[in-house]
Amino acid sequence: MDNETLKARILEIVPEAQQEENKQFLTLLLPAAKLHDLALKLKNSPELAFDFLFCLSGVDYIKQLAVVYHLRSTQHKHALVIKVKTDDRVNPNFDTVCDIWRTAEFHEREIYDMFGIRFNNHPDMRRIFLEEDWKGYPLRKDYIDEVNIVEF
Amino acid sequence: MKEIINLPVSNIEEEEYHINMGPQHPSTHGVLRLLVSLQGEMVRSLKPHCGYIHRGIEKMCEKDTYPQVIHLTDRIDYLSAHINNHAVCLLVEKALEVDVPERVRYIRTIMDELARIQSHQLWWSSFGMDLGGLTCFFYGLRDREMILDIWEETTGSRFLQSYNCPGGVMQDIHPNFQKKVHAFLKTFKKKIKDYDRILSGNVIFENRSQGVGILSKEDAISYGVTGPSGRGSGWSCDVRKTEPYSMYGKVQFNEVLRYECDTYSRYMVRMQEMHESMNIIEQLIDNIPEGEHSAKMKAVIKLPAGEYFQRVESARGELGLFVVSDGNKTPYRMKFRTPSFSNLSVLDHISRGMKIADLVAIGASLDLVIPDIDR
Repeated sequence: MDNETLKARILEIVPEAQQEENKQFLTLLLPAAKLHDLALKLKNSPELAFDFLFCLSGVDYIKQLAVVYHLRSTQHKHALVIKVKTDDRVNPNFDTVCDIWRTAEFHEREIYDMFGIRFNNHPDMRRIFLEEDWKGYPLRKDYIDEVNIVEF
Repeated sequence: MKEIINLPVSNIEEEEYHINMGPQHPSTHGVLRLLVSLQGEMVRSLKPHCGYIHRGIEKMCEKDTYPQVIHLTDRIDYLSAHINNHAVCLLVEKALEVDVPERVRYIRTIMDELARIQSHQLWWSSFGMDLGGLTCFFYGLRDREMILDIWEETTGSRFLQSYNCPGGVMQDIHPNFQKKVHAFLKTFKKKIKDYDRILSGNVIFENRSQGVGILSKEDAISYGVTGPSGRGSGWSCDVRKTEPYSMYGKVQFNEVLRYECDTYSRYMVRMQEMHESMNIIEQLIDNIPEGEHSAKMKAVIKLPAGEYFQRVESARGELGLFVVSDGNKTPYRMKFRTPSFSNLSVLDHISRGMKIADLVAIGASLDLVIPDIDR
């Protein structure tokens, strides 16, 4: 399916989705509430069949915190990027997708560890790399690192 | 005292207990701790505890320029150092729309395949050792030495080369390079038959690996298990085929697929991949075109604002590089989608119901490199 058809098909499901400029992939910004619903349809409808979540990253845009989902269909070979953003820096949370793509379980724990974004209904929402008593979320732009070896 | 002696044996068998495998355990090949929940000798579930060598490479990248980032990527998966460097270079060149000389593409592809062979050699060595065949370890490391010597001569480093740079490679290949690669191919083609004689057809090895750690194709896709581990489940996920870069679109090679989905299947994929890698090198080594070893690049590399993604096939699977740039000389955000991190996530799923000795074999067949998980 080419990008135009893909976009039209997704806009049918979520009319609020906005396209972002990207040369490589079709990138769509979604309202967070629609994420899990759309993810299920992307995985399960036969003509979309996005079965491979090949990258899941958190990004701190300073004004907003975002989670970026890179999806691919192993059957149809088309790819798609989905983004969700939130203004809430104190208690940011999104729905988990690890019931749909199992690889998300570890990646979401990593995002929680580094950005402090919580994922609702995640089976094991703990830090993955840092200790449980680590203060702050290192990959946020406002994180102050007292012993930054790079700045020395 | 009497009560303990009278305790029925079956109670002990039914009781669940936990043991820690690692952080210092030979079969985890690094500092990884698996909290294994056991019933008797059977694995009920396990929880990996990572982060013992987390260095915060993604955070460090935000302070470094793109040429500096390359040196950090060596340290992610140190056995695929060339391939990781290659990924950063491809991303920068794609963003700046730089066309690299043909010679560079040849050199990079040969180096990538040498990296893949030596990585698989080390994997084979430690796989054999994990299952009790110490001879493998000596054989594998002995043959790997030849590749390290080739690298030392051309790149100046045996292990963490940082040989690629945006636009090309750091310096031209050594005059002995082609001769030495030929010598290696000739030697290794004989030696790899020994590998098969020791392990592949060995009854003990087959009993320990066949039917152990079944990973279905659907699960491999869902857990994102790429590379030889995914291809051992019949999933065609080789980035060199699906999205060819450098010379991969122009050389003839087969994507190795096996459909048994077990530990033996993942083992055989890697063994055959070594033959395919040698095949690729043979097609390129005598035809390296003359020319510059690097394209002209600006002194300060700034990526136009935007988001970029680059995938390459490392020795362990798909390495994804996601960069958000704000137009500065340092990346705003750099994310490494490393293959071992996703491959680790499936370990719990495929080792349930297996014996604890099988867990060692399964772990070895996934070929985990711990810095690749922790970053």
